[in-house]
This record gives sequence, C-alpha cells and structure tokens, in this order.
Amino acid sequence: MTTTITFPLSPAARKERATQEPAWVRWSLIGLALMFLTLFLFIPLISVFYEALKKGSDVYLAAITHPDALSAIKLTLTVAAIAVPLNLVFGVAAAWAIAKFEFRGKNLLITLIDLPFSVSPVVSGLIYVLVFGLQGWLGPWLAEHDLKIIFAVPGIVLATVFVTVPFIARELIPLMQAQGTEEEEAAVVLGASGWQTFYHVTLPNIKWGLLYGAILCNARAMGEFGAVSVVSGHIRGSTNTLPLHVEILYNEYNFAAAFAVASLLALLALVTLALKTLIEARNKQHQKQRGHE
Amino acid sequence: MSTFKQHSILPGFNLALGFTLLYLSLIVLIPLSAAFIRTAELTWLEFWTIVTTPRVMASYRLTFGASFAAALVNAVFGLLVAWVLVRYHFPGKKLVDALVDLPFALPTAVAGIALTALYAGNGWIGQFLEPMGFKVAFTPLGIFVALTFIGLPFVVRTVQPVLEDIESELEEAAATLGANRWQTFTRVIFPALFPALMTGFALAFARAIGEYGSVIFIAGNMPMISEITPLLIITKLEQYDYAGATALSVVMLVISFILLLIINLLQWWSRRRSIES
Repeated sequence: MTTTITFPLSPAARKERATQEPAWVRWSLIGLALMFLTLFLFIPLISVFYEALKKGSDVYLAAITHPDALSAIKLTLTVAAIAVPLNLVFGVAAAWAIAKFEFRGKNLLITLIDLPFSVSPVVSGLIYVLVFGLQGWLGPWLAEHDLKIIFAVPGIVLATVFVTVPFIARELIPLMQAQGTEEEEAAVVLGASGWQTFYHVTLPNIKWGLLYGAILCNARAMGEFGAVSVVSGHIRGSTNTLPLHVEILYNEYNFAAAFAVASLLALLALVTLALKTLIEARNKQHQKQRGHE
Repeated sequence: MSTFKQHSILPGFNLALGFTLLYLSLIVLIPLSAAFIRTAELTWLEFWTIVTTPRVMASYRLTFGASFAAALVNAVFGLLVAWVLVRYHFPGKKLVDALVDLPFALPTAVAGIALTALYAGNGWIGQFLEPMGFKVAFTPLGIFVALTFIGLPFVVRTVQPVLEDIESELEEAAATLGANRWQTFTRVIFPALFPALMTGFALAFARAIGEYGSVIFIAGNMPMISEITPLLIITKLEQYDYAGATALSVVMLVISFILLLIINLLQWWSRRRSIES
C-alpha cells in the first residue's frame, strides 16, 4: 500500500529546495560577480578595440600595415613557429617518460618542468643575458666568432622557449597518466615498433590534449613581453615583436597606433579562448559518450 | 638491474628521459644556475648591501603589498565567480566562463595599456574616480588594479572543479539536520573548498610578484613610491649594473622557489582532502 504524504507548503516554498539559496540571494551574487568581471575583464577588453578604432579605420589600417608593424608581425610569427614545435617535442618526450614509466625522482622532474612558470619574466630574460650577453659566460667567444644572440632574434627565441616550456608537457602528463599503458603494451606485444606504437596508438589518444597545449603555448609565445623585452634591444624593424612594438608606439604617445597593434593581440587572445572552449566542450562530450558505453 | 626504474616492456624510456633532461638542462637549469653562480662572485656583505638599499626595500614592500592585496581581492571575488558559475544559471554564462581565462591569453602589455587608458584621469573609469579623490593610474593603486587583472583566473579555476565535485548529499544532510544555508556554507562547503582557495590565492600571489608587463604602464614607476622589483632589475641592467640586477633576481628566484614549494604542499593537501571526502 502506498500513501502520499502532503506537507502544508506554500507554492513558493515548495519550489525552493533546502539546498538552494533564496532567489534574491542568487541574483545578488550573480550581479556582484558580473559587476566585478565587468570592471576588471570586460571593460578593459572592450576598451582595447574602442581605443584602436577611435580615430577611424584609416588610422587603424595605417598603423597595422606600417612596415615596422609588419616586420613585428613577421618576427612574432617566426618566434612562435620555432618555440611551439620545440616545446611540443619536449612535451611529448617528457610526458612519455613520466606517464608511461615508473622511476625515481619523477615528482622532482615534474616540478622542474613547471619551474619557468614561477620565474618572473624579467628574470627569465636576464638569465640569458648572463649566459650569452657580452658580459656573460659565452659572450667573449660569441663576439670572437661574430655571433649575436642577445639583442638579436636567437635571444628572443630562447627567452620565449623558456617561458613556454611547461605548457604542452603539463597538459599531456596527466592525460597520458590517466590513459595508462595497456594499449601501448598490447601494441608492443603484437609486434609494433616503438614509433609505430606511438604514432598509431598513443598519438590518436592525445591529439586533442596536444592541440590544447599548443594553442596555449602559442598564445604565450606570441604575447610574451617581459622576458623578450630584456633580450631584444628594441631595434625597430629587426628585433621588435608585436608586444614590444605596442610598447614603443605607446611610449611615443602614438596611442591610436599602439591600441591598433594591441587589438591584433587581443584578437589572438579571443581566438585562443574560443578554440580552448571548443576543445574543452568536445572533451566533455567525449567523456560523457564514454561513460554511456 | 638498477632499482632506478621499474621494468616495463614499452620502449623509448632512455631516449625520452634523456631528451627531456638535456632540453631542461640547456633551456632552464643551466641559464637559471647562471644567476646563482654569478651572484656567488659577490661577497655576502656586497650581496646584502645590494639587496637591502632603501630603494630596493621600498620596491619589495610595494611588490609584496600590492600582490597580497590583489591576491586577497581575487580570493574573495574568485570564490564568488566560481560559485556563481557552478551553482547558478543565467544568460551568457558560457561566454562569461570562457572569458574568465582572458588574463591568461591576453598579452600583458595589452592589458597594461588598456588598464592605463581606463584608469587615467580622462579614462572611462578614471573620470569617475578622480573627482572622488582616487588617483589610480600612475600610483601604487594602479599596480594593485593591474595585478588583480592578471591574477583573476587563478582562484576561479582552482575552486571551480572542487566545487563541482562536492556531493550534494553532504548539503542535503546538513539541511536535514537543521542547518540553514549560511551554516551549511560556512561549516560544510567552505572547509571543503579551503585548500583549493589557498592554492588559488598562492598562485595568484606568486604570479603577481614577478609580473612586469601589465604593471609598468600603469605604475608611473617613481623610485621609492611606485617602482616594483622586476622593474628595478631592468633599470639596473640598463645601467650595466649586472651584479646588482643579478643579485636582485636571485632574491626574486629564491622567493619564487619558496612559493612554488608552498603551492605544491597546498595542492597535495587539496588532493588529499578531496580523496578523503
């Protein structure tokens, strides 16, 4: 026998569960959070585009097609095109060693990989000056052989590689740890070589994590300011990346042009966030599907 | 057989670990050691004199004070934002969630000039604050604003997953036992979130201490008043004072390493907490 017990609740109270706040609390908290985000996030983002276009599209186009701006774009793309693949290879190698094998000192190694994230960008640049600069360890030898690293493109690349070392590795390590080693072991037992195993078994499993890490790595590589600023020497048209070009224009009180170039970097940031969100949504869906199987 | 590595049939361990160690040494460890080795050329007294001059001490006070204040504001509002994003529904929530990471993706120089333009006397926000007596741009207050911006995602992103994982049964039990929502929050939910909150706070603080790009535009960079330690390193470098710049960067590195250790401990604590519950 089933009996229905009814409680004398008002309709409003019935809708409100015991584990939820009253509506006025909910909306006040939402309002407060959005106010904070508007003040510190949304308005700064909008203002970049507003300031960039304030003086009209002619000024905007002139600023981003100026030869100095174009050479800054070229250098920024070049630096990212070297730094991201290098850290990609590193990330895969580090994750393979750490996630697929058990060895002593593993936690120390993981901490060392994360180290560049906790070093101030300024210090990241300075240490390369100490190694390759004229006063540095290799400075005299480099000068003798007419090689220039500091205040030249190689220094910018090195500083950028340093600050972006952890991005791909720290994405792949937990992913590959979670996937375990059974699939790879099965492939090896069935006679696949190491490279075949990696290419046909591991890579398909980690490709989205790899892409995710590469996107974040790329955003930082293109946007790095402090470290690059120390080693660049700020030579217009030759060692100026986009963020450094923004600084130069800004310090010359050429605000419209500075914001125009900055808007390109802001667009890069938005594209990065969009791709990141898409990959996260895809992963979530994938996990759900796996859960249903 | 060495006991260094457990046996595995998978190939590539030596190659992968060898490459990882070589790369880390060349890119990270040897350059970092340069700072310590070059500083070791100084005597203890010389080192101490360089890193404790009044101008340097003023820069520490400013850097740590502003970073602490910014991390604190981010702890409070980061918790609020994480709460709202996990627990409530409102229009545009997905967009807001995605944009929280903007400070990670936006180059610091862009953030710096945008915040300066906003908070200057004639800027969108500055024009309202200045008549009330708040000068933000080109003062230490501006540094606080920039550091709040760049630290914003840390607390949100560390608290959010923990909040998502809290079992609703716990809260239901608390409600059944007669707790009101505020009691449930302070006695049940908040203690579960606390390790993650502390981790996020420490991450935001560590990031703020080293920050350079977003700060220098808005700071005004007046010695003794609004000059952060990373800027002082650059200033010394531009004056060819390599010993001074290196000594200061060693101080910064040691502080970063201590913070990294604390963060690792906090994360370990946070993980243990979530396993226990």
